[in-house]
Amino acid sequence: MALLSLQKVTKTFGGLVAVSDVSCEVSSDSVVGLIGPNGAGKTTVFNLITGSIRLTEGDIFFDGKSLKGLRPSRIVSLGIARTFQSIRLFQGLSVLDNVLSGCHCRMRSGLFSSLLHLPGQRREEKAVLERAMIELEFVGLAHLFRSAAGSLPYGDQRKLEIARALATDPRFLILDEPAGGMNEQETMTLREIMKAIRKRNITVMLIEHDMSFVMHVCDHLLVMENGQLIAQGAPQEIQKNPKVIEAYLGLEDDDE
Amino acid sequence: MSFASASRRKSFGSALTVAAVFVFACLPFLLGHLAGSSAPYWLDVLNTVGLYAILALSLNIILGHAGLFHMGHAAFFAVGAYVSAILNLTFDWPIMATIPAAALAAGLLAGLVAWPVVHLSGDYLLIVTIGIVEIVRIALTNDIFGLTGGPNGLVGISRPEIMGFRLTRPQHFFYLIWGLVAVSVLLFDWLERSRFGRALKYIREDVVAAESMGVNTNKYKILAFVIGAAWAGLAGTVYASRMRTISPESFNFTESVFLFIIVILGGRGNQKGVLLGSFLVMGLPEIFRGFENKRLLVFGAALVIMMIFRPGGLLPARSPGYKLPEPYRSRYKRLPDLSSGGVFNGAGSRANGPNASASEGFASGQAAAPSSGSGESSDSSKVISVDVGQDLVK
Ligand SMILES: Nc1ncnc2c1ncn2[C@@H]1O[C@H](COP(=O)(O)OP(=O)(O)OP(=O)(O)O)[C@@H](O)[C@H]1O
Ligand SMILES: [Mg+2]
Repeated sequence: MALLSLQKVTKTFGGLVAVSDVSCEVSSDSVVGLIGPNGAGKTTVFNLITGSIRLTEGDIFFDGKSLKGLRPSRIVSLGIARTFQSIRLFQGLSVLDNVLSGCHCRMRSGLFSSLLHLPGQRREEKAVLERAMIELEFVGLAHLFRSAAGSLPYGDQRKLEIARALATDPRFLILDEPAGGMNEQETMTLREIMKAIRKRNITVMLIEHDMSFVMHVCDHLLVMENGQLIAQGAPQEIQKNPKVIEAYLGLEDDDE
Repeated sequence: MSFASASRRKSFGSALTVAAVFVFACLPFLLGHLAGSSAPYWLDVLNTVGLYAILALSLNIILGHAGLFHMGHAAFFAVGAYVSAILNLTFDWPIMATIPAAALAAGLLAGLVAWPVVHLSGDYLLIVTIGIVEIVRIALTNDIFGLTGGPNGLVGISRPEIMGFRLTRPQHFFYLIWGLVAVSVLLFDWLERSRFGRALKYIREDVVAAESMGVNTNKYKILAFVIGAAWAGLAGTVYASRMRTISPESFNFTESVFLFIIVILGGRGNQKGVLLGSFLVMGLPEIFRGFENKRLLVFGAALVIMMIFRPGGLLPARSPGYKLPEPYRSRYKRLPDLSSGGVFNGAGSRANGPNASASEGFASGQAAAPSSGSGESSDSSKVISVDVGQDLVK
């Protein structure tokens, strides 16, 4: 069954059509890669799913429920978590504080129980500290829990963003260029993390320019160019698709 | 820095705090001996410092934690003072009984005003909040509803009475005001370490990321205004009963600026810094008389210098320490604190070899038991046990 379904999704910025009439589905427990050349509209699709920007036309359904018009904070609580292409950690706060932000939407304590330090609030705090440490261990950053997030090396910051997203207890995880800025060793570690995420039955959708990473990690690919979905299918098929080679893979060779 | 010396230093620090609080609590008696006839004057100065400390601590929620540029705090202070005075004078309520009404009125006004403007960014919000103070002051001066007494204000407000004891002298107010300062510090410290307080800090750090992590940023911004304003309203009650006379001029824009300076200068987001700021801005000019008229000039200059050399304030905010639950506490206890030298350490461990940071980090379960050496990353996935945490938070 499709966990996420995009129906005739369109987004325009002024005169620019960033996403044009895209329809697709993501089935449960899969890892879907969204690829395409720079400026194809991939990040815009992610921003539309997570509610960061509003749809111009079309609709998006998650688990059968329309996400149209919902605030990003509401969409997270439905089970969609994300990371950002340009890392957006809370730079000045500790690593632990960053992961705790993910727990926010699964907590209940309000203003008064926080202000008065009530027993229920303290119990909840203890539970989320535990959860945050579990997620930090999961990505291998637990020993850095006290450090300022902004002081971590680039690759660790990407992992921290993943831990933070996982702390929201998502069913659907959206990663925007998770391997961006990582060295080879870090990318290998990330692959292991992806494997472990799959074991947790979390559906993943990711954007990535590192093709060998995409081919290894994803079991379905969507290809975008100029705001349009030009192909989709299994990685092996996509690799052979002439349209894709022309639009993307050829261009990639030119670039690097 | 080893763990043992850190904990020793911590307990020494808390002993010092207890001693300081004790000496401070004895000040009314000490001053009586040391300062003789001018003792009441100095107590009054301390009371003013304390009152501004309460106000600045409440402003710190909005400006320090949530990072919302708000320079109109005197408006909420004024609403609290006037609501208490009117209820007391016109409706004969005992002054202490007006506290909830004062807090509620100030909080309500803040909510109403904040509602349409919280989405504005820093500088725009600043201008709106400055407008609020002026609107409130002008409304009071023009005797709205025929209740505020116009430019002359209200006279003859009752003294507070606590369990039959009437507070009349400066030393009485000293304990009331500084007691409230202590309560504020305690409550707001708890708030800072909670889901609510963290949400405010996420908003300050990156509002887009905060929203994407599930914080309803508009709601929390409004709530920050409401709670900060309600507390300022409470301070208004205390002020009204201490002065017995209030007029619009006591709540003008300059007061808002002083409060703003206290928080920024002392250290936004750090309660100790805010207390220090209150002493510097409200106390120092009393010690160095003649300095008083140039106060705005001097602190304005101090602020400029500060922004260049120490943008976080005298005592910048720090992430609160959490008491980790077991087994994590003992597992990560002996690791060095990297909060300052994180970049350096991170780079260092990487330089030791390409494997050092990545594989060791990922097999984090082994971090506590360093015997296994550098495990292959492929079998490290076995170490991860996720199911444990799955339903903890639900
Ligand atoms: N908020 C915005 N306002 C205006 N234009 C935008 C906005 N966001 C994206 N665009 C434009 O939409 C187009 C698609 O951008 P998008 O970021 O989705 O590309 P992308 O596929 O993620 O590219 P990359 O691989 O470089 O990240 C680009 O031309 C971009 O300039
Ligand atoms: Mg992008």
